[in-house]
Amino acid sequence: METATPHANYLTDGYTLKSWLLTRDHKRIGLLYLISVSAFFVLGAVFAGLIRLELMTPAGDLVESDTYNRLFTMHGVTMVFFFLIPAIPAVLGNFLVPLMIGARDLAFPRINLLSWYVYTIGGIFTLWALVSGGVDTGWTFYTPYSSAFSNSSVALVVVGIFINGFSSILTGLNFIVTIHKMRAPGMTWFRLPLFIWAHYATALIMVLGTPVIAITLVMVAAERLLGLGIFDPKLGGDPVLFQHLFWFYSHPAVYIMILPAMGVMSELVAAFSRKRIFGYEVVAFSSLAIAVVGFLVWGHHMFVSSQSVYAAMAFSLLSFLVAIPSAIKVFNWSATLYKGSISLEAPMIYVFGFIGLFLIGGLTGLFLAALAVDVHVTDTYFVVAHFHYIMVGGTIMMYLGGLHYWWPKIFGTLYHDGMARVSAVVIFIGFNLTFFPQFIVGYLGMPRRYHAYPPEFQLWNILSSAGAVVLAIGYAMPTFYLVYSLVKGKPAPPNPWGAKGLEWETSSPPPTHNFDEIPVVTEPAYHYEK
Amino acid sequence: MPQIQILPTQASTMAPQVDALYFFLVALTAFFTLLISGMVVYFAIKYRRQSTDEAGVPIHGNMTLEATWTVIPLLIVLFIFGWSASLFYTMARPPAQTLDIYAVGKQWMWKFQHPDGHAEVNELHVPVGTSVKLTMTSQDVIHDVYIPDFRVKADVLPGRYTHLWFKATKPGRYHLFCAEYCGTNHSGMIGWVVVQERAEYQQWLAGGAGQGTMAQIGEKLFKDLSCVTCHREDTTGRGPTLVGLFGKAVTLDNGNAVEADEAYIRESIVNPRARMVSGFQPIMPTFQGLVSEEGLLQLVEYVKSLKATPSNATGVPAAEPAKK
Repeated sequence: METATPHANYLTDGYTLKSWLLTRDHKRIGLLYLISVSAFFVLGAVFAGLIRLELMTPAGDLVESDTYNRLFTMHGVTMVFFFLIPAIPAVLGNFLVPLMIGARDLAFPRINLLSWYVYTIGGIFTLWALVSGGVDTGWTFYTPYSSAFSNSSVALVVVGIFINGFSSILTGLNFIVTIHKMRAPGMTWFRLPLFIWAHYATALIMVLGTPVIAITLVMVAAERLLGLGIFDPKLGGDPVLFQHLFWFYSHPAVYIMILPAMGVMSELVAAFSRKRIFGYEVVAFSSLAIAVVGFLVWGHHMFVSSQSVYAAMAFSLLSFLVAIPSAIKVFNWSATLYKGSISLEAPMIYVFGFIGLFLIGGLTGLFLAALAVDVHVTDTYFVVAHFHYIMVGGTIMMYLGGLHYWWPKIFGTLYHDGMARVSAVVIFIGFNLTFFPQFIVGYLGMPRRYHAYPPEFQLWNILSSAGAVVLAIGYAMPTFYLVYSLVKGKPAPPNPWGAKGLEWETSSPPPTHNFDEIPVVTEPAYHYEK
Repeated sequence: MPQIQILPTQASTMAPQVDALYFFLVALTAFFTLLISGMVVYFAIKYRRQSTDEAGVPIHGNMTLEATWTVIPLLIVLFIFGWSASLFYTMARPPAQTLDIYAVGKQWMWKFQHPDGHAEVNELHVPVGTSVKLTMTSQDVIHDVYIPDFRVKADVLPGRYTHLWFKATKPGRYHLFCAEYCGTNHSGMIGWVVVQERAEYQQWLAGGAGQGTMAQIGEKLFKDLSCVTCHREDTTGRGPTLVGLFGKAVTLDNGNAVEADEAYIRESIVNPRARMVSGFQPIMPTFQGLVSEEGLLQLVEYVKSLKATPSNATGVPAAEPAKK
């Protein structure tokens, strides 16, 4: 099975631009997404850098208030909608879902390509809004500020996110149908890798949740452009209604980001301890539980928004309950290590980073579900720190961990493992240095989205900005050694990690149609014992 | 370099209670983070791969363990839920006796009105040891009153009244922040809550209230806007009498009942036909845009002052707020 076989792999199957831009190969589409989401990540990171630079001093002295407000809005919009939501599903999911279930492609290859174009068009609208003056509503678009007061390009961004939403829906639809209908012979539901379970749960949220945000944003645009009274009380609307609709999607959207990361986590833990995931079925069902209960907790964003005391209590209770399946997953991953055969290659270092960030992010979620504490810390930097730990820390650790793990498969080349381990450590340190001080300054009472702030908060902001520098170095490192590996890396064997899973049974990089012969599955996932 | 601080001052009755729950959660977080990270690191060292073709020991799961680590976290979160919900209930329900102050948020300033007519901007004077209830509304977008040292926060919405109450325990100056993003100068929409000893507060109150109490200003508005031609003190007017109205149940033309609270009075002024009182014709015009939010609050305060027992508008009890 050594390489040097004459038949083309998917990378060598056509070199023209057209062969890429009109490809229906899920692997090439995954790479198109890799390039696009990376570009948006860099853009979002530049905004973040400017924010941290401004916050070095209490006075708003680097940029104008209006500029600052545009910076944090554009940071949130690009990172949430154009990086975090698509990152793992659209890059790794696209590449791996067919390979892992033993299929030749996704169920609807053309729709898959369409989803990338839709994403790109949505992105162009957003960039257009950026150059036409930017948006200053915050990524949450709260009404009536967004619908009646803001003098910025709200409509353009709203249209961009609306369009982008369809790429999410199309990807979700494709995954659901593919996982139902295209599993290889013998690949029963309970032989599926947990990555697939996690993506199945994610796809359900994408399909069921995304239309709600789309409709909501249409309503904002309708009020803004046509003067239809929906949210603005002066027109007879209800401003809080927007928050219900917005969070009905945007809370589950957090699970769109973290569930795929949990799926990657399961793959890496199994591969680097050469062991079946402890409590496989429990981990699989906990993904579905998170997807379902995740739809019932949106009100916890609104504990101080004047909703009734009893509604707040119900949402608080449900928010506590959604923490349980996440806790169960963490316990099972940790238990998997017990009596494993553990190797500490780069992806595994990312696993440890994920556990650290996810623990802090998850446990601080309890502070926010706890009504009386939430009243104090909501809309402060405490919340900013919390959701960065979960959404960003969790998701990026596993996005990068997964990218390192499957890199040899995707590109057929090996990167420098030592460098990769260092980058994982640098990112972990930088991340904590950036966001941990924000918990403290948040509890001290520093509100989020503040351009200027009282001087007693400065120390924590300086630490946070210093951390951002370390974090930036950590994020930049993989760009260099990964790109370098494309040029000078050693060729990768089909299964460099000695891992289980159908994707490792085909060559690296895989042939255009994935498998020369559709595999027949005869054993459960992660069947390492001999 | 400012002094290193990791906890805000505890300056209200709520602050120590919220902090206690916070400390518990911090301890819980530290415990589980250390426990699990410790376990992970220990396993990673102890079970390092010894040879390249080694595989892990086949252990597939254990239902007893699964049940244990489901039930224990469940019990813990239910405990936290009970604790935090009961605290929240106290926060959400103002006590019966409060000093009522009115707040209007607008891009980008806070206006406060005391019942005796005192108005202040970006500063709020309150007496120590007194339960203070803010009735708040916004003139434009959503704002949020946040006083970190009191551990209280509530959104301030356009077209609606929301409430926030606290009892300050320490004289001093405390930050007042707008915590809901509201546009360009959001981070400039800040001010101070000045907590004073009662005597000092009385002195401050005595320092000139201007044009009379809020109810008196409201009464003047009531006449200027000709409300008085229909809403009379007796029942002969074309509109319902407002005497003794506040806090009572009103029967609507659809047969439902509604409590005549601040929100209902405000709505009946800006949108009179939304909930009509049974037995009256829908002839009242809207006053939307004709009365400012401050004016609406003054009218509300005036209606509140119209007690059923014969009294006049000047007999508002608000001038002595901190009574025991």
